[in-house]
Amino acid sequence: MKVYLDNAATTRLDPRVFAKMKPYFSEKYGNASSIHSLGQAAFLDLQMAKEKVAKLLGGEAESVVFTSSATEANNLIIKGVAQANQAKGNKILVSSIEHPCVRESANELARAGFTVEFIPVNSEGLVTPEALEKLIDQETILVSVMTVNNEIGTVQDIAALAKVAHKYGAYFHTDAVQAIPYLKIDIKKMGIDLLSLSAHKFYGPKGVGVAYIAKGIKVKPLIVGGGQESGLRAGTYNLPGIMGLMFALELAYKERVGYLKQVKTLQTYLWQKIKKEISGVKLNGSATKRVPANLNVMFGSIEGEAILMDLSYKDICVSTGSACSATDLRASSVLKAIGLDKNNLNSNIRFSLGRFNTKKEIDYTVKCLKDTVKRLRSFSPIK
Amino acid sequence: MALNYTKKTVDHFLHPHNIGEIKKPDGYAQIGNMVCGDQLDFFLKVEKGKIKDVKFLSFGCASNIATASLMTEKVKGMTIEAAKKYKWEKIVSDLGGLPHQKIHCSVMAVQGLKKAIADYEKRLESAKPARPVKKAASAKKTVVIKKKKTTKK
Repeated sequence: MKVYLDNAATTRLDPRVFAKMKPYFSEKYGNASSIHSLGQAAFLDLQMAKEKVAKLLGGEAESVVFTSSATEANNLIIKGVAQANQAKGNKILVSSIEHPCVRESANELARAGFTVEFIPVNSEGLVTPEALEKLIDQETILVSVMTVNNEIGTVQDIAALAKVAHKYGAYFHTDAVQAIPYLKIDIKKMGIDLLSLSAHKFYGPKGVGVAYIAKGIKVKPLIVGGGQESGLRAGTYNLPGIMGLMFALELAYKERVGYLKQVKTLQTYLWQKIKKEISGVKLNGSATKRVPANLNVMFGSIEGEAILMDLSYKDICVSTGSACSATDLRASSVLKAIGLDKNNLNSNIRFSLGRFNTKKEIDYTVKCLKDTVKRLRSFSPIK
Repeated sequence: MALNYTKKTVDHFLHPHNIGEIKKPDGYAQIGNMVCGDQLDFFLKVEKGKIKDVKFLSFGCASNIATASLMTEKVKGMTIEAAKKYKWEKIVSDLGGLPHQKIHCSVMAVQGLKKAIADYEKRLESAKPARPVKKAASAKKTVVIKKKKTTKK
């Protein structure tokens, strides 16, 4: 049995989305910037996609910028907003549990002379409005806090944080990559100025993302050229990808209630079963403020990469934040930020559930996991 | 992240050799990697200057386990002096290569072995605390002589 429990890394493209994308490769292949009929047909579809995406997120169509990924969107927003708004100040605040693409964009700004500070989180991975208040000032251009954390699934109170940012005249950005469709994003209601998304996290295709940039916010583009996306992101519109993103987002919210129920049931089942079968396990992150797809478990005394590899040879795909799984040999900065100690930092597995998982797969996973943990613990020097 | 371990590495990870502890070892060492947090414990049983038995415990990744497994297999039966010269490069080549970021696992295994040997030699000296320094030195020499004999074989 093959079991894929790494849906926070990427998801399988929904076949219904794939079917809708196909004509944009072979029949409706026009360049949306061309003014002939084939190009204009593509342009109309592009406009429709922007309108639908904006409507689903509670924003405006002209603020939707399509990118190649959320990484690109985050780079564009963090660096572009900072660079274009230096008249306001010099300070950027990002949470200490951001994805590397936000963190590294901020680090690049720090090297360029901006003041960059990382907002601490509590042991559940939450950024409190008080923690933000402590660091923010009138010089702050931008505050960036991810909606849902990719490793521990913690859900932030975005509206409350955006309110603090606005009190000081700063823009508020959120990387909402892991939030779809778990949260109902309402850009205007939540006070979001800037937002990033990626289609492949919600059963859409890889290679397409969204940078939502509210009207009136100055942004310096990363990619210049033919003036696409109102000059904010040059490059031929990726119509198959854009249409795929739109259809995937539509489906995600259309089927949201049933989907959440399915994933939540699996998450509860998996966690109960792990706790029953394996001793000494602990949940990383918040038990309540967490998306139903994520389960990050600390095993203690055994190393995460070894657990992952052992499961991988049993055809089970999971993820770990252990140092041994990283090319730079550094343990997860998220797990460090929530205060795990040295040994526990490297003893974690992230299970991320999705639409295509079944109860049977969970049974098989826990059966294998039990053996894996038993075997590795049998020769661990840490008791 | 995707790691393409060789078949041999996977074999050693899934079925490691010389796992466990030795009660009353002649040499023991614990070694940890400050960067990645891995840990290895080595236990030695030495007889007539040779590694009669070696065992290890691991808190580490697949390649940490596999490198220690392969190394213990290779040094078992080796003279202490030969084991001291054992190189991490040998582990890497015997496994058919390791992913670049995993090379340090083999280095750590060899460091652990050498630390256990050093512990054995220290015990050997301190086992005869009442004796004069001169004799302790000669005891050390005996080991060297025995080693020479075995290498000639």
